[in-house]
Amino acid sequence: MDVLDLGRWQFGITTVYHFIFVPLTIGLSPLVAGLQTAWVRTGDEKWLKLTKFFGKLLLINFAIGVVTGIVQEFQFGMNWSEYSRFVGDVFGAPLAMEALAAFFIESTFLGLWIFGWGRLPKKIHLACIWAVALATNLSAYFILAANSWMQHPVGAIFNEETGRAELVDIWAVLTNNTVLAAFPHTITAAFVTAGTFVAAISAWWMVRLVRSKKAENVTLAKTVYRSGLRLGMWVMLVAGVGVAFTGHWQAQLMFEQQPAKMAAAEGLCHTEQGADFSILTIGNLNGDCESVRHLIALPNLTSFLATNTFDAEIKGTIQIQDEMTQKFGATRGEHSEIVGVDAPTDGTADQELSYIPNLAVTYWSFRLMIGFGIFSAALALGGLWVTRKGGVSDSRWIKRIALVAIPAPFLASAFGWIFTEMGRQPWVVYPNPNPSGVDGVWMMTWRGVSTAVGSGSVITSLVAFTLVYGALAVVWGKLMHRYAIEGVPTEVHDESPEANPDKDEDAPLSFAY
Amino acid sequence: MDLPVLWFILIAVLWAGYLVLEGFDFGVGMLLPVLGRKDKDRRAIINTIGPVWDGNEVWLLTAGGATFAAFPEWYATLFSGFYLPLLLILLALIVRGVSFEYRGKISDPRWAAWCDRGIIVGSWLPAILWGVAFANLVRGVELDASHTFTGGFFSLLSPFALLGGAVTLGLFLTHGAVFLALKTDGDIRTRARALGLKLSTGTTVAAGLWAVWAQLAYSVAWTWAAVLVAAVSLVLVVVMVAKDREGWAFIFSALGIVAAVVLIFGSMYPDVMPAIDPANSLNIRNASSTDYTLTVMTWVAVALVPVVLLYQSWTYWVFKKRITVAHIPEPIGLSLKKTDDLTSA
Repeated sequence: MDVLDLGRWQFGITTVYHFIFVPLTIGLSPLVAGLQTAWVRTGDEKWLKLTKFFGKLLLINFAIGVVTGIVQEFQFGMNWSEYSRFVGDVFGAPLAMEALAAFFIESTFLGLWIFGWGRLPKKIHLACIWAVALATNLSAYFILAANSWMQHPVGAIFNEETGRAELVDIWAVLTNNTVLAAFPHTITAAFVTAGTFVAAISAWWMVRLVRSKKAENVTLAKTVYRSGLRLGMWVMLVAGVGVAFTGHWQAQLMFEQQPAKMAAAEGLCHTEQGADFSILTIGNLNGDCESVRHLIALPNLTSFLATNTFDAEIKGTIQIQDEMTQKFGATRGEHSEIVGVDAPTDGTADQELSYIPNLAVTYWSFRLMIGFGIFSAALALGGLWVTRKGGVSDSRWIKRIALVAIPAPFLASAFGWIFTEMGRQPWVVYPNPNPSGVDGVWMMTWRGVSTAVGSGSVITSLVAFTLVYGALAVVWGKLMHRYAIEGVPTEVHDESPEANPDKDEDAPLSFAY
Repeated sequence: MDLPVLWFILIAVLWAGYLVLEGFDFGVGMLLPVLGRKDKDRRAIINTIGPVWDGNEVWLLTAGGATFAAFPEWYATLFSGFYLPLLLILLALIVRGVSFEYRGKISDPRWAAWCDRGIIVGSWLPAILWGVAFANLVRGVELDASHTFTGGFFSLLSPFALLGGAVTLGLFLTHGAVFLALKTDGDIRTRARALGLKLSTGTTVAAGLWAVWAQLAYSVAWTWAAVLVAAVSLVLVVVMVAKDREGWAFIFSALGIVAAVVLIFGSMYPDVMPAIDPANSLNIRNASSTDYTLTVMTWVAVALVPVVLLYQSWTYWVFKKRITVAHIPEPIGLSLKKTDDLTSA
């Protein structure tokens, strides 16, 4: 494998891995903040128990999300230095803003929240977790703004003299319609993830306690875990509806902005009027579009989803390939001429360019994303039905389904990102029919890699990250599992300074590592 | 003042903030096995930085993000050129971070021992490597006409760079020992003070040597002032530790680190990445973003940096109390296996 493939694998592995933890953190921090708010407002201990319980799980998850995030920021410089040179003037700004506006708040106030239970006044302590929750969501906004710019560059011009993209309108970058669609879609998906997590663990505990048939256990199930379950289910349902609507909006933008991604996702070779939506295909999707046979398809649905009319014309991959070849060249050498840089000297100048992303990856990741999403929403409806009117359940099936439910939204998010990023290939900055009339701000992925870095270095780092990340996954899984089966604390008390005015100055801290 | 100069200074400020703040975190981590013999000692030591280390690390992310935004060419050349050292630093920071967070989660001596190893290795590696990296920036590296790094990994390990690594190591060890003397009481405080005295003496010698070398070989006249400030500060660290004035000692060890950053950035200026062949050097002009981007970033920085400083200072104020073994609660971590009365269900 060459540096390009290795660098792409590394980016894929480190990013998808980082994004296991991110959606749970984004969704769970506001939920924990909400639970703590319920406790502060009502004084009902069940909310404090749930706050402490899910708070611990949040922290275990947060820690690993933070440390794997550091890699993301430096990877652009390490493996993708030519990309960084090309876009730094534009792309660096949202990254720096994330650090200054959001990341500082997250890390500082998280420290205050963890260690401040016995030290800060109750309401100030509550404000700390809200600061964390809001900053985490703000973080997501800046990162998605940066990513959306790569999907659909706006607010920038191509400077022929310096050969790079230059920022002319930061407001356009921050209000790019691509990020306005991607942000709510990502955030609602994160809430589905966190809602599922809270609901599933609560459901598992509810069944476990009810089955033990002890009166005090059944009471605990009815008061504490049922509350957690209902909260999680409502979050799943409401956020799930949000995911569907925002996803639809995002898909319509993609038909406009990245037709190749959507054509590949549908396995659509020939431009069609009234295109079907395929649910299952046979054929090998190995890049030869003609070999794809749609087995089950919903007539005219793709056209409707793309444009809200059933007989709209949808471009096929063959036409897109022809159009892009005309504009961007047929080979790497020809492309370099168009861009105005030296042709590659490593023997790849004659390599033909395909402007269509990998069909199998795009097709299946799109369906798996949607499928896992629908599965979660359906479970929420079922769970709300079972626990209506104060009910609890002792069904073993609910316990089993709860465990199966947890990974589904994580998988949906992972496939969503694989679809978004793989569907953008072979471009790292996508050439768009740009509403602002910008042209020339685009870059092919193979041109973005670091020229100073040899494949030995990238292999070393790829192996090192994979091993360390693998070991961390085991530790994370063990801790999450162990703390989840510990359940809510049996006794909690108000540790705030106002509730304990006579506390001895030298007493042990209420929390320490 | 024009914008690239302003941003060169701002990035120096961010690095100074990072090295001062995470400098003592690294020191605390490195001294964990030296000053913490029993588990409760170790927990007291870790808890001196518990609430703040994560916030301190964000200074690095901000420095990185600001470099990307303000000097993309510098960002691209630096991190692709210093690939392996940076990889080691990233791995170290990952392992160290999870070790802090997960150490207390499981009550088991072997678990704690593994996390301690993570903290110790994760603190030593970056403490040395940051010095090596910065010394290379002062010395100049091999760049070609397109500003691409052409030297190999071993070209980064010159005697000057290795001595630079020893200097940051010494500075952070001293800074950490002084911080521990300031933040603890009892036995740990006494031992941290004694160690701080020894470390600061050695560090002053190594740092003096490196600074004079840097000054004579690679720097300009005005940075002698920084060398002077650093020298005075480091001597004052020794004096203050000896007089049991830990607060002042900490201020002077922080000042010593700031002076070192001034020397480093002052030596580079107006280059951001000097090349062995000066024609290929990256400087604040040919590496910087456009004036528009720098203007936007300036407004963001002006609006947000004071706020960040305000709430970070507040954190230190909230957790200002000295920590002793008596403050450390019994372990709250769980065991790895669970047995309970519900397993039949």
